[in-house]
Amino acid sequence: MNDIITNALLLILQLGVTVLMAPFIFGIIKKTKARIQNRRGPSIFQPYADLTKLLKKEVVISENASWLFSFTPYLLIASTLVIVILVPTVFAPLPFHWIGDIITVAYLLALGRFFLALAGLDTASGFGGLGSSREMSIASIVEPAMMLSIFAVAVTAGSTNLSIVVRSLSTTPASIFNPSHLLAFVALFIVTIAETGRIPVDNPETHLELTMIHEAMILEYSGRYLAFIEWASQMKMVIFLSLLANLFFPIGLATVLSPAALGVSIVAFVAKMTLLAIGIALVESTNAKLRLFRVPDLLMTAFILSLLSLILYFIVGA
Amino acid sequence: MIFIPRKRLASDSALKVAEAGKNVGFILSCLGSVAGLLLSFSIFLSGQSLHLELPQTTPLGAMAFTVDQLSAFFLGTASFLGAAISLYSLGYTSEYFHKRHVGLFIFLYNTLFLTLVALLSAANFVFFLFAWEVMSFTIYFLIVFEHDDEASRRAGFLYVVMSHVGTAILTGMILVFFVQAGSFDFAALRSNAHQITPTLKSVIFLCSFIGFGVKAGIVPLHIWLPEAHPATPSNISALMSGVIIKTGIYGIVRVSFDLLGTGPMWWGILVLAVAVVSAVLGVLYALMEHDLKRLLAYHSIENIGIILMGVGAALVFNSTGNKTVAALALIAGLYHVLNHATFKGLLFLGAGSVVRATHTRNIEELGGLAKKLPYTSFFFLIGAVAISALPPLNGFISEWLTFQALLLGFTTADLTVKLAIPVTVALLALTGALAAACFVKAYGITFLGLPRSNAADKAKESPRSMLVAMGILALGCVVLGIFPGIALSALNPLSASLLGASMTNEVSLVGPTMILSASPSTSIAPALMLALLAGFAGLPIVAGILMGGKLRTRIAKTWVCGIETLRPRMQYTATGFSKPIRLIFSSIYRARHEIEISEDVSPYFKTEIRYEVTMEHIFEEKLYKPAMRGILSVARFGRRIQTGHIQSYLAYIFIVLIILLWATG
Repeated sequence: MNDIITNALLLILQLGVTVLMAPFIFGIIKKTKARIQNRRGPSIFQPYADLTKLLKKEVVISENASWLFSFTPYLLIASTLVIVILVPTVFAPLPFHWIGDIITVAYLLALGRFFLALAGLDTASGFGGLGSSREMSIASIVEPAMMLSIFAVAVTAGSTNLSIVVRSLSTTPASIFNPSHLLAFVALFIVTIAETGRIPVDNPETHLELTMIHEAMILEYSGRYLAFIEWASQMKMVIFLSLLANLFFPIGLATVLSPAALGVSIVAFVAKMTLLAIGIALVESTNAKLRLFRVPDLLMTAFILSLLSLILYFIVGA
Repeated sequence: MIFIPRKRLASDSALKVAEAGKNVGFILSCLGSVAGLLLSFSIFLSGQSLHLELPQTTPLGAMAFTVDQLSAFFLGTASFLGAAISLYSLGYTSEYFHKRHVGLFIFLYNTLFLTLVALLSAANFVFFLFAWEVMSFTIYFLIVFEHDDEASRRAGFLYVVMSHVGTAILTGMILVFFVQAGSFDFAALRSNAHQITPTLKSVIFLCSFIGFGVKAGIVPLHIWLPEAHPATPSNISALMSGVIIKTGIYGIVRVSFDLLGTGPMWWGILVLAVAVVSAVLGVLYALMEHDLKRLLAYHSIENIGIILMGVGAALVFNSTGNKTVAALALIAGLYHVLNHATFKGLLFLGAGSVVRATHTRNIEELGGLAKKLPYTSFFFLIGAVAISALPPLNGFISEWLTFQALLLGFTTADLTVKLAIPVTVALLALTGALAAACFVKAYGITFLGLPRSNAADKAKESPRSMLVAMGILALGCVVLGIFPGIALSALNPLSASLLGASMTNEVSLVGPTMILSASPSTSIAPALMLALLAGFAGLPIVAGILMGGKLRTRIAKTWVCGIETLRPRMQYTATGFSKPIRLIFSSIYRARHEIEISEDVSPYFKTEIRYEVTMEHIFEEKLYKPAMRGILSVARFGRRIQTGHIQSYLAYIFIVLIILLWATG
């Protein structure tokens, strides 16, 4: 009985951290970018206000849309939440970590993307098709790069289960520093930028048809559905940042259940997230968006780096 | 081919007789399939093989059947798909009545099943080859069934040529086997295989890989496949893609694992190399295809690649002594055989339903079918999710197992393996991601948006028997996905009998729904995953109501930049959709673009733009065309002795006779 309560609490903590922190990360990125541009920028809590407003608004549905259009936002949230309970943030191993591993996470991300891309085509809008086409093309290189870079870390720990990997890495911090991990980190960082649609791959703030990718795909979404989709993509950012943080710097992560350890872990996690968010903001501020057909070169770099890191691990070992 | 005379068709009573005949034919094949399914279940449950020998023996060996676990697995796969397809055919062939000879079709259809069963249960090579050839010819007649179509006749010719090159090589293999081991009988060959020298074993392996590879459609022997699949009626396409090409896999596994007892590492490396090339090229060509059935055909090449990744990895790991990992890899490959049969069968049946309703296979002319064919589109979507390896459906499970088997390979000491495995993992991941992109295109352009042609606009849903058949296969995709333990626990003793090792050391099953992997210790629980997906989908509903009250919706027009009405032609096309991929992989596609623009008054007023893009298929250009030119020039050279005068032929006979007498004397 005690176990069930602990597990339930842990699950709520895990879900709560990601679901509630997601808009905060976006706020930090926006604020940092504004500061770099010498603006004051909106409050870091602005994304929460945006979401609340969108949740209250009515949904406009295209007359051409099928059931897929209304189904997708729910599926997207659901698949993202399943990923959330598999990717450790402040504690490892997670209560339901045995449901899936990194391959599952990658393919669950693909599941959400698959339906979102279909929803883009559903309304018969040219923009939607454009966004879907670009999103799927970029994903076709990013997804393998993501899997490979995590595999490179996973084989070190002898598991593809994220909770077990993170736990084993945090108990033997010496194994973190090896060349294969460095390559994997760079690859996963590029993947993070591409998957979360940031500059230089995509620009979340533009609605210019020449450049937009993700925004084009969800152009027809409005009101509450849009809130779900935005929220899911904010959670996706947290997922990727916690992968970066906990796979490569699992310092401070709680592996035993004690209030002290959890407290330290939460503080460490928020600090790491904030740092990474500022890092993303710096990358966004110092780079121009790449031309669409330059993007594959960058992504191929990530793919090759991640492959090299895996080969390196296979040949040299830890 | 024979037509039912039109006059007879006009009479109602004749039509009724034909209809009844058709129903009897397909219901019988459906019952036969169910019997086959029961047989294979009983063999798996009892663990005993079935042996049957017909009294009449031919000079080369007895007509003998043995259904062991390997046969039973393929037989079960074939029967499951066969039962669904037979049901589907009841409705599907009804449109043939005014055009084709349905009786002939049913005859060919059932002959195909018969030869398939004979092939999978043959106990010796003579009988096997006989069944193989009859099956090949039956398929030829089914490909050219719609013989008034030039493309079908061409596809049939290509198929016959390729198929016979394969059979010739297989015959060679069987003869080498016979000379070395002194029998055509599988059981005798199995026990005598140790007498064969390693070199000749490798020769036998290579012959079987090429000969069976033609049927399986591995790159570069695949060229018949994308032509033949779209040419046949869709129920046959489903059967070909789901089962017939798997007989190639059956042959490869039977010869290299069962009869030869595996071999050196380079066998596995060769299979892996062919597998990754097939998988990646298959999906890349599928992305460029706008003919729905050709697109699916290229995906068959891709999936054969994925299956062979498991088979190849099994050969590699077996040679390095990691027997349990080898067992896991083989099981992953075989599970993908079953899964691919299920979802690709489903997709081809869905495509058949679309073609039946719209009379076109070109997806650029389709669109909006989700509203016209609601059931077909839903089942097709399930198939699309499954083939894209998305959780929690069945395609995901077999790819997951393949990934696990490959990742276990990092303990191998050999450098070639250490290089080959990460590359295979990378390309498997790439294949999965590209397949998802391709099925967004295939489903999105075909079923979503606005209809791009009148035919698509007027489409009507298919008859119930077709829908039920698709529903069965869709359910199969879900069940095989969330309860993988059922099939895997049956495959475990099979791998034990082939490799002498089972996967239980590496992967264990917790109930039917959960798979645990030991060495990269990890697990998946697809049933719980599905439950969680359903449960979590409720959260946003609750959150939305709590924060903003009841959901309010309004139907409005799609935003088209202020233009009055949205026309179907303003939508994205399949060509446009795949353009970024075409650019990313331009070095593989070697696409040639042609743009023609007609202008009026000034360049700002364009009256017409024509855009054409053609792809160079690298193996056709660089391998088959030179080979064909070579054969033609040899033939031209040979023509010189064909004078056409009977005297010269008599002289040739005389000369040959003298040479023979001299040679033997």
